[in-house]
Amino acid sequence: MSLLDVQGLTIRYGEEAVVDGVDLYIERGESVGLVGESGSGKTQSALAILGLLPKHALISGSIEFDGQQILGASDAVLNTLRARRIGVVFQDPMQALNPYLRIGTQLRQIPLAHGLANKKDVDARVIEMLASVGLPDPERQSRAYPHELSGGMRQRVVLASALIAEPDLLIADEPTTALDVTVQAQILDLLEDLRDNTALLLITHDLGIIAGYCEHTVVLDGGRLVEQGPTTSVFAAPGHAHTRQLLAAAPRVDRGEVPVAAKGSTILSVGDAEVQYRDLTAVRGVSFSLRRGETVAIVGESGSGKSSLVRAMLGLVPMSSGRVVYAGAPLDETVERRAKSARRDLQLVFQDPASALNPQMRVLAIVEEPLRVHEPQLGATERRQRVVAMLDDVGLGEKYLRRFPHELSGGQAQRVAIARALILAPKVLVCDEALAALDGSVRKQVLEMLRSVQEDTGLSIVFISHDLAVVRSISHRVLVMYLGRLVEAADAKTLFASPRHPYTRALLDSIPVPDPVVRPKRAPLRGEVPSPVNPPAGCVFHPRCARAGDGCNSKAPVLRDIAGTRVACHYPES
Amino acid sequence: MSGNRSIRITGSLLLTVAIVALVGPWASPYDYATTNLENILAAPSLRDMHLFGTDDLGRDLFVRTMLGIRVTLLVAIVASLVSLVIGVTYGALAGFVGGRVDAAMMRLVDTLYALPFIFFVILLMVAFERNFLLIFVAIGAINWLDMARIVRGQTLSLREREFVEAARLTGVSTLRIVFRHIAPNLVGIVVVYVTLTIPQAILVESFLSYLGLGVQEPQTSLGALVDAGVKHMEGAPWVLLVPASLLALTLLCFNFLGDGLRDLFDARHTS
Repeated sequence: MSLLDVQGLTIRYGEEAVVDGVDLYIERGESVGLVGESGSGKTQSALAILGLLPKHALISGSIEFDGQQILGASDAVLNTLRARRIGVVFQDPMQALNPYLRIGTQLRQIPLAHGLANKKDVDARVIEMLASVGLPDPERQSRAYPHELSGGMRQRVVLASALIAEPDLLIADEPTTALDVTVQAQILDLLEDLRDNTALLLITHDLGIIAGYCEHTVVLDGGRLVEQGPTTSVFAAPGHAHTRQLLAAAPRVDRGEVPVAAKGSTILSVGDAEVQYRDLTAVRGVSFSLRRGETVAIVGESGSGKSSLVRAMLGLVPMSSGRVVYAGAPLDETVERRAKSARRDLQLVFQDPASALNPQMRVLAIVEEPLRVHEPQLGATERRQRVVAMLDDVGLGEKYLRRFPHELSGGQAQRVAIARALILAPKVLVCDEALAALDGSVRKQVLEMLRSVQEDTGLSIVFISHDLAVVRSISHRVLVMYLGRLVEAADAKTLFASPRHPYTRALLDSIPVPDPVVRPKRAPLRGEVPSPVNPPAGCVFHPRCARAGDGCNSKAPVLRDIAGTRVACHYPES
Repeated sequence: MSGNRSIRITGSLLLTVAIVALVGPWASPYDYATTNLENILAAPSLRDMHLFGTDDLGRDLFVRTMLGIRVTLLVAIVASLVSLVIGVTYGALAGFVGGRVDAAMMRLVDTLYALPFIFFVILLMVAFERNFLLIFVAIGAINWLDMARIVRGQTLSLREREFVEAARLTGVSTLRIVFRHIAPNLVGIVVVYVTLTIPQAILVESFLSYLGLGVQEPQTSLGALVDAGVKHMEGAPWVLLVPASLLALTLLCFNFLGDGLRDLFDARHTS
């Protein structure tokens, strides 16, 4: 008998079925990956297994856990199952922890409530658990409140709370999506190490994670199960068109074409940029230049200063020192004082289209606004024609003109934002994590669209991302930032083939590869990005660096040239 | 109850009350000021057209209640408009200019908050001739503080939103940013807040009238009528019950209307 046996699970809200006839089996100790794009019903299925769907959801089918029917079970039955026999890890650890309780207090409730430990030895159990998830100094940390921990540490605590009762099944719903890639690698290692005989249902949009950590793969699309099987065979010979499409859209950091460096003249350069927010130095002494028709990627984890750097470059936040030169002439540091032509030529696409579009304006008004400013001679009909043509270019039809942003999907909204940025035919487009919130297939389409615009118009792109796999397919050159410093800059081809800086190497090794044949590497970096308010002395990377040696903790390395790569490291890889 | 339904129901109720209050007195043979000491505290009856009975001076209570509703609604709406105009201008200015100007303006609001306003209003009423206009202004002057804070907070967060950054980047003028990007996104919260300040103003007005500091005889308001009714609550309960229940109904309607509008605007932002 399977540990979990789901048959014909259907979940409806009113007329709409969000999950439609899903069958799912999990054997004891097995790891199953549930993969699908947003709206595929993967989270709804998990909530159904946990008995956590809202009351107005209409559920049919059967969910048996260890022979016990979950659908229609009483709260008392469900409560014993949850935590005791089924552990859960959700995406956002801050919401999973009670902000008013110390971590130790929250954890000890679980074994106490389920009679797994008595009051005398529960604290020892909690501390042992916190130590096993890698919390440094667990005795002291058990007295900390959730807000005192970093995101990665919080997720470790959630994992500890999910596993403390030694459940038979662990459900992890996008457990690492909110974390930096190097921390993601650590958490995935932990999941693998601590599981023992616990079965795992891992829900994710990332095929790389499935390939590395799940024996069995289940693919959902629009609420239906389209394919399932052993991970190796699903990846090697996908049987369903949707699976093939997902695999084709999953970027690989370890192979594939890298665009060859463009040869244009320099259009934009930033010199010695420094951005200071009160006592925090977000960017320190960064210089780079951008050629016509070139895509430069800026890569780094949270706190690396990549967003601050481009915002300062665009004049949206003040630069405390440094200069920006566009087409041979220096630009003023605030955007309002820049020449109109320069403002027309530099455009930005934001990460979250929902907040980048005015909720009170229709698509037509949003996209035509730049035209009103820069081409006031145009009449309403001409503007409308230009907007329709632009929407066509980004793959949206005329029917979207009258829509409000909330009537668009995430992908459509991001295309509208891109249309607004491109309608003035700018020379430089900055994409600040512009693809991070999009599903794989949509991301691929948008990437291709950007590439074709670049081929047609010679657009230069600054592409900010934390994801080197996406960067690989589009960038001519790559800059790697860490804690506000530029640590490595090279042609994409060189960088992916032979990274020099240990941080670049670690980033490359942290990204899960969507191929079960490639065994995932152990998390290459310990710890997390330190606070930029109080950066480490010497080389800011040295506390996490495996190659750190003499002088790394006292002397800050300067950028130097090694075979075409600029790298700031005392002991670079050769 | 869904936002739309609650708006429809409470909106039409309020409209009905307002129309009856405007038109009703014409249909009655009595006027609000004529006393008839031979027929005091009469029970409601259709026969002599005293629909709500009479008060302790024999005045027709129906006509007086309708007058009271008019006065109360007028006071409340004008007071809310006063607070709307001052509060929105002040708050939007502080939020959009930001920095030191914002800090100074908001410290002034904090200081004014610390003053016991009801007490001041009472002093004003005692010091000056009691007149209508003063009541409007006084109540509006209390309410604008909340409005200013809310609008300022909203403006601050809107100013940092990415669509405003996108507009700045493109070169959209500050004036256009304020009118196209900031103001429309304030409308929702301001409308909701105004529908919630109206009942507040009604309560303050009733409170002042109940203390005898509100409108002056023979003019009246719902608060003044309730005050008068309390004295005869045992012998002639209708003198209290009629204006009191109408007051409660009006308050309830405005509160539900505000809730409904909030749901409506929230839905547009989040769904």
